Amino acid sequence: MSSKRYITRRAQQVAARTEQAIRSVAKPLAKYGFPFRAPTVPRGISIPEKPDTLGSNFETDWARRPLASVVRSAFTAGPMKLMTSVLARPEVLGLDRLSDLARLDDPSPLIFAPDHHSHLDTSVMIRAIPKEWRQDLVVAAAADYFFDKRWKAAFSALALNAIPIDREATGRQSAELFRELIDDGRSLLIYPEGGRSPDGWAQPFKGGAAYLSAKTGVAVVPVHIEGTGAIFGKGMKKPRPGRTRVIFGEPLTAIEGENTRRYNARIESAVGRLSEESVSDYWTAARKAARGSADRVAGPETASWRRKWQLTERRRREVSGRNSRPERSWPNLGPRQK
Amino acid sequence: MPRPGFVLDVDRSTPPMLFWHGEKFSLERLPSDRSRVIYPAESFPGLKDPQGAIRDALENPLDMEPLRALLHADMKLTICFDDASLSLPKMRRPDSRQRIIEAVLDLAAEAGVDDVHIIAALGLHRRMHDYELRHVLGDRIFDAFAPNGTLYQHDAEDPENLAVLGETDHGEVLEINKRVAESNLVVYANVNQVAMDGGWKSLVTGVASYRCLSYHHNPESLQNTRSLMDRHHSALHHSIWRLGKVLRDNGPKVFQIESTINTDAFPSPFEFLSKREWEWTARDRMTYLATSKALNRMPRRAARKMFHGIEAPYAMTGVYAGFTESVHERTLEDVYRQHIVEVEGQTDILTLGVPFISPYNPESIMNPILVMCMGLGYMFNMYRNKPLVREGGVIIMTHPTYRDFHPVHHPSYIDFFDEVLADTTDPAVMSEKWEKRYAEDEWYRHLYRTGNAYHGVHPFYAWYWGAHGQQWAGKVIIVGGDPTAVRRMGFTPASTMDDAFELASDVVGRSPSITHLHVPSVLVADVK
Repeated sequence: MSSKRYITRRAQQVAARTEQAIRSVAKPLAKYGFPFRAPTVPRGISIPEKPDTLGSNFETDWARRPLASVVRSAFTAGPMKLMTSVLARPEVLGLDRLSDLARLDDPSPLIFAPDHHSHLDTSVMIRAIPKEWRQDLVVAAAADYFFDKRWKAAFSALALNAIPIDREATGRQSAELFRELIDDGRSLLIYPEGGRSPDGWAQPFKGGAAYLSAKTGVAVVPVHIEGTGAIFGKGMKKPRPGRTRVIFGEPLTAIEGENTRRYNARIESAVGRLSEESVSDYWTAARKAARGSADRVAGPETASWRRKWQLTERRRREVSGRNSRPERSWPNLGPRQK
Repeated sequence: MPRPGFVLDVDRSTPPMLFWHGEKFSLERLPSDRSRVIYPAESFPGLKDPQGAIRDALENPLDMEPLRALLHADMKLTICFDDASLSLPKMRRPDSRQRIIEAVLDLAAEAGVDDVHIIAALGLHRRMHDYELRHVLGDRIFDAFAPNGTLYQHDAEDPENLAVLGETDHGEVLEINKRVAESNLVVYANVNQVAMDGGWKSLVTGVASYRCLSYHHNPESLQNTRSLMDRHHSALHHSIWRLGKVLRDNGPKVFQIESTINTDAFPSPFEFLSKREWEWTARDRMTYLATSKALNRMPRRAARKMFHGIEAPYAMTGVYAGFTESVHERTLEDVYRQHIVEVEGQTDILTLGVPFISPYNPESIMNPILVMCMGLGYMFNMYRNKPLVREGGVIIMTHPTYRDFHPVHHPSYIDFFDEVLADTTDPAVMSEKWEKRYAEDEWYRHLYRTGNAYHGVHPFYAWYWGAHGQQWAGKVIIVGGDPTAVRRMGFTPASTMDDAFELASDVVGRSPSITHLHVPSVLVADVK
């Protein structure tokens, strides 16, 4: 018998013995019930409900401790960066609008308020936000989605520094926590729409970002994210890699006497202007915004097929969300001179 | 609080002084007890909210209505801005001009102004590359205006796009860009790095024709400019202000926005360049040693690339808007507050370390003519009242002065060096004999209009810029310069600083007084 065949034979024998040993150890455990398994509940007995520790009650303090921060930094710089680069290839614009704040000795915290099209948005934003704010960034994440299971909640808190927030109504507890975190010098990433866009158009902004900004005096940075919806939008089963673009706007603060609703409308229109800027240019967006004729971020209020139709037209003008370049629009130079 | 500038009397315990030597630097020990060093003030702090300051300046201008009130829907609005010759080195993004122009455009958009043109006020400088325009204006403005042709650069040689607005009582004709002349409102976005910049000079030179510029860019004006940093005693500025009056009376309404910057020119790890030598830390000393050794071994091209890649952390220290003359007076107050250092009496020898950059070689080569222009034009003119060096004294500059020219940016400089300087170094003679030929040369004109070349006449202007210093000094010595190039310019080459002092003794005797102007950082010596 050659040595090669002998080694193969011996390996097979060792594998078979190992399998048998594992089976013999596991067998009694499978056969035995309680206490090796969870107890069954006697009929007629109701167990008092334990306080819910998931959802908006999930405790996230531990995720902001130094060790967790180190793990998160490694995750952000490693797998998240890789995933973002491969899937989304973001182009970040408008950082110059934050440069004055970034150059301060102790940059004040900010509330970043982007529109929301995809789960990718958070990782794209975390990579795009300048390092002055990235380190201390907390992310407001939907309590009913990211904190409904313990493993999901733990992962969100550890990897994204996510804090649970109720989508429908920001509870007193969440609001107080966010205020404390901001007062503590942490910046916040919050999606004012409350969830991912169902059809590609933005949804009306809820007042959470405006409320927190007005209460804490911290500036809100409007942000437009383009392209993530086409890569991994709501309802898509697997991502289609493409390009994305993140445009930061001028930081906004509440004007004296301005109520939260108006302030929120101002944030929404600033994001709308950035969205227009991404498909046209800065000057066209400024003029449209001044005339009040900018395309609504929320899209036209028409039948759903027309909304979809118009969205297709808009995406044709976008540079992001796909691999091919958009059609080149040459300026109209007038009739040819002879 | 930044410490003010001061004059240091050199004694035996004074450490060697830093001298620029083109793309290198060296430490030179100055003779004790008869030398002094003029140190600039420390950099002023920048504005905390420059964006807010700009908006405030636009809403509360000097001697004019707020910009908002001057804008209306059916108007022609033209925005002009300084070219890449400011700031030096280029400031990190966002540039002050971007901030100013974006604030103006926001107001224009609110007023519904459709007809907006943005023009780089180049004068006879080279056209800026697209990447330079992007750097100065930011991507947003560039992407919005450049593709449809409403962001462009002034062409001083385009007869169809020039218009005559009138004539001064000295017979100077104001001929400027037609679009500027026909606009309802012209907004000028300015960066004032030194006192010479700004005022009427911005528009009257930035968007003028060669004919118009030749009235003040000539040997006579520049020899009577005492100094470039003191507009009230500058023949050049007097001529420009006369032309400015014609512009004010016959031209479009001008809304001037001037911004000042501090002197924080070098980022880490080059901060030691702006420090006083005795305050260098161990880290500064190590950085100096490592950098200077590396630069000595580095190919010249690589060193140049490294230095021109520096983005200065300049911060905006003030911004004023409104009527040009009122704005400029306020700007000058700010600039002088930062730059003026009082100096007692003149000196026999003035020493100058000439750096790698001048206003005419951003992203380019500092050729011998620009060394002369920088040393005798700009650095010598950093005074008020009297020059730092006495009449007939000696100016010692340190620069390698190699015979390198950028063929794309400075084509006419090459011929000027070989042809004109071989014939004469006298500004008046060259003006009479050679200037017209270079100014009207079709090839240079073509390169200026379509490429990235300085105008054919520009080397003459660079030479005239140093005319006052050349006339004033009894001898000019360049330490470490290429002997052939130095001699071609009519100066004396020297190998070391000690040799230079030895050569100077022929003119100023054996124990002359010496003054060193400490650069980097800008200062204007107010000589009593």
